Amino acid sequence: MRYLMPLIVFMVLAVFLFAGLSLNPRQVPSPLIDKPAPEFELSQLHAPEKILSSKDNMGKVWLLNVWASWCVACRDEHPLLVQLANSGLVPVYGLNYKDESATAMQWLRQYGDPYEVSVVDPEGRVGIDYGVYGVPETYVIDKQGIIRHKQIGPVTVKSMEETIIPLIIELQRQA
Amino acid sequence: MTRLVSNLFYKTIKFSLVSRLYSVTVLLLLVLLIPGLAMSQQVDQSSPQAIPVAEDPEVEKRMIALTEDLRCLVCQNESIAESRADFSNDMRREIREQIQANKTDAEIIEFLVDRYGDFVLYNPPMKPTTILLWFGPLILFVLGVWFLISYIKKRRVQIEEVTLSEVQRKKVEAMLNEENK
Amino acid sequence: MIPEIGNFALILALLLAITQGTLPIIGAARGIPSWIALARPVVQGQFVFIFIAFSCLAYSFVTSDFSVLNVATNSNTELPFQYRVAATWGSHEGSLLLWVLMLAGWSVAVSVFSKQLPDEMVARVLGVLGLVSVGFLLFMLFTSNPFDRLLPAAIEGSDLNPLLQDPGMVIHPPMLYMGYVGFSVAFAFAIAALLSGKLDATWARWSRPWTTVAWAFLTIGIMLGSWWAYYELGWGGWWFWDPVENASFMPWIVGTALVHSLAVTEKRGSFKSWTVLLAICTFALCLLGTFLVRSGVLTSVHAFATDPERGIFILGFLVVVMVFSLLLFAWRAPKVGLGGKFDLLSRESLLLANNILLLVAAGSVMLGTLYPLIIDSLDLGKLSVGPPYFEAVFVPLMTPAIFLMGIGPISRWKQMSLPTLVVRLRWAFGVSVVTALIMPYFMGEWKPLVSFGLLLAFWVIVSAFVNLKHRLSNSGHGGLFAKLARQSRSYYGMHCAHIGVAVFIIGVTLVNGYETEQDVRMDVGSQVEVGGYSFQFNGVSDYVGPNYQGIRGDIAVFKNGEFLRNLHPEKRTYNASGMTMTEAAIDTGFLRDLYVALGEPLANDAWVVRAYHKPFVDWIWLGCLLMVIGGFLAVSDKRYRLKIRKKDEVVMKQEEKAEAEEPADAAEVPASAVASNPAMATETRKV
Repeated sequence: MRYLMPLIVFMVLAVFLFAGLSLNPRQVPSPLIDKPAPEFELSQLHAPEKILSSKDNMGKVWLLNVWASWCVACRDEHPLLVQLANSGLVPVYGLNYKDESATAMQWLRQYGDPYEVSVVDPEGRVGIDYGVYGVPETYVIDKQGIIRHKQIGPVTVKSMEETIIPLIIELQRQA
Repeated sequence: MTRLVSNLFYKTIKFSLVSRLYSVTVLLLLVLLIPGLAMSQQVDQSSPQAIPVAEDPEVEKRMIALTEDLRCLVCQNESIAESRADFSNDMRREIREQIQANKTDAEIIEFLVDRYGDFVLYNPPMKPTTILLWFGPLILFVLGVWFLISYIKKRRVQIEEVTLSEVQRKKVEAMLNEENK
Repeated sequence: MIPEIGNFALILALLLAITQGTLPIIGAARGIPSWIALARPVVQGQFVFIFIAFSCLAYSFVTSDFSVLNVATNSNTELPFQYRVAATWGSHEGSLLLWVLMLAGWSVAVSVFSKQLPDEMVARVLGVLGLVSVGFLLFMLFTSNPFDRLLPAAIEGSDLNPLLQDPGMVIHPPMLYMGYVGFSVAFAFAIAALLSGKLDATWARWSRPWTTVAWAFLTIGIMLGSWWAYYELGWGGWWFWDPVENASFMPWIVGTALVHSLAVTEKRGSFKSWTVLLAICTFALCLLGTFLVRSGVLTSVHAFATDPERGIFILGFLVVVMVFSLLLFAWRAPKVGLGGKFDLLSRESLLLANNILLLVAAGSVMLGTLYPLIIDSLDLGKLSVGPPYFEAVFVPLMTPAIFLMGIGPISRWKQMSLPTLVVRLRWAFGVSVVTALIMPYFMGEWKPLVSFGLLLAFWVIVSAFVNLKHRLSNSGHGGLFAKLARQSRSYYGMHCAHIGVAVFIIGVTLVNGYETEQDVRMDVGSQVEVGGYSFQFNGVSDYVGPNYQGIRGDIAVFKNGEFLRNLHPEKRTYNASGMTMTEAAIDTGFLRDLYVALGEPLANDAWVVRAYHKPFVDWIWLGCLLMVIGGFLAVSDKRYRLKIRKKDEVVMKQEEKAEAEEPADAAEVPASAVASNPAMATETRKV
């Protein structure tokens, strides 16, 4: 039995290694889930003199999509966001992250503008509050202003159908 | 690049005679000039001192000490201090500002952990899920020492068991001593 | 056409490897001489076919055949010739091919330099190597074929990762693989011994030189990787506790333990099952390293393009190898004899203690490396384990091991009286304490950690000289040089490697303690002072490299107002990938390095420049180099050479006698001499 110990230790290790294969080491879950969404007051992309406060969105379920014109992956997810916005299911707000406002508006003209309002975060400070570490990222925020879900990287048809839309419907049903 | 070099080379051959004379003159000139050139390489004490990137070296020092143990989330295993990725630049700026705002190191770390989770810490905090990590080496060490002692003890007992008669043992020892001499 | 030949050669090599892995082993078990005799020619045949395959891939790279997927993704026409050759092993697929080529090369070496071994033993060793080769060839052919075609062919290839376009990186992987693969020879010897059931001291004697060579190569490989990171990554670090660095470091630590444990098994016949287990573990850690790098379970700078299918294959292979080996171990090990008797204080017990410490250190590195993975797979969250953890854990574990390094060589086999040991070493200890306390003052500032590091280093060095002095005073008559010449090369090798460790510690301690750096904005003509040197920035110039656009900085270095030299740090932007690389400029010196790297450009031709003064940093690699030299010195010892040249028993006996006449100080009774003495043999057998 004593001589079987090395084998037993190894087998335990192998089980963990096998489990590790199906994990994504790059995916960092956000500690902000089920926490109140950080507040912000930022000027709007299309009307810089107007301020949008996150408090204005209390009482409704909304999406916050972090995007930038320099972000290539944003182009991949963009049609899906446009589609979602057109369906009228949920208002989508944009956080234009570390971008030039002129190019950002040009980009929206070119690819379509799904956003209720886009706000400008030129230095990425609100981004830090939200724990943004790559663009695009999308947050689902409920009526009480609590973050319920964070999509890291582009939204896909799969994540939209399996996670985001069912979650929105569920959240909207709640008081 | 290579073409340029070969062209030059070609021309040198072509005008080899002229160039040889020329180069001798140049060499002579150089020999005369070298001390002067060396002089000109003397450090100019009046030349301006470079400005540290950090406005406040004390803040910078604390910032670097902090960020060396923080992970750049978008990089392949680099600390925020080392990385020049956008994310790390932002983090360094944020941490500098917080230091200037008189936040303690613990507060800054808490600020980051609230946003990015324990994943940003290269120095994992002590908590229920990391107890095994921090005490693992100690456990291994104790197990190792226990194994070492019990092995040596058991071995001696086992060897004693098979030792033949006292006479034979003495004989063996005598032989070993012989060998060791 | 050429790639198809390569592919075909690989398949043929696989068939030969299967033959090599089965018939000789069965032959050895059943006693069929013709099957046993197959081993050597089959090994050589396998090598030829793998060499053909490798040449075909190299040819495709050199001729830029972009119809081969591997070439198209890892090379392009602009790439300089030497890097096109190096690109052959720059990718996952190509590096595997290099791996099997080396495995075949080592197998051929075993088949050639094993004339004095019994034929069944050779058949078993080569058979096990054949089975390992089967695993890797299958892996390559099924998941990562380097000859996969790309149809239609690409017009231009992408690029070899610019990180790899560097002389250090060209030789780092081959050296590392030489080490990894070398340990598979040690593994094969261990398995062969287990299969035969004859786990005796002769087995240790055969496998010892192979293990030492593998260890030396692994040391070179790790050293080159660290040196490369130092000058290429641009912030002057040399070890990052990156998961993949750890993946190569774990087999190194366990391999070091194996080298020491083999010494006991060879000389005293003890620790046989322990040594076998270490040989198996070292090889397993090499495979684990492969798994970690190529499966993508951990994030790391080294990550190859990863693919879970590959991960499953390597893990499967690892499991098959380990289950088989460890079951074999569990079956055979209980029947192995205990070997010579020794006291609680003896060279054996000290070496065993060293082994335990090394294993605990390796275990801790493994725990830190895999812990994030374990926590994640239990769904307990994500965390990172980085340098602070490893430094906090590794240094305290290594301290007693290094302390033992001073005592081990001085202590005697079998038994040692503590008072004698204390008497012998008190001077060494005193001298090292005093020196360690004083030395930091010469560096400008006294720091407790520096003093402590130096204490460990001086302890190793001084005790090595004390040992040499005792040894010489016990080596009979003659002058100093005659006495020096009488010592064996393996004795010098040991001290050389130990002093290498000390030199390494000095380098690490001093560079950590006294390194200074400046991160500055430099206008043209401005200066910065670092570590007593002034750096004057004279602007940058553009130039065109073979496959990149370069910016070369011009920085003049002055010491006490006198011009020293110009340094030219560079920024390169590679045409094909658009990746930017920083090339630091280093003025290397025995006592310090001056290290300058360009940061980012600013307005008015100004640049952010990072300048470092790194005292004694090169001692880190010098120390590794001494370890390597020590390893090769030990292997070149005459007792291994003699055995190769002369087979007959008489010579062997004489040689043993000569060794037995070694000074009492060392008291190295060869295990074979023990075995030849019936009375003692009885004692060493548990029965």
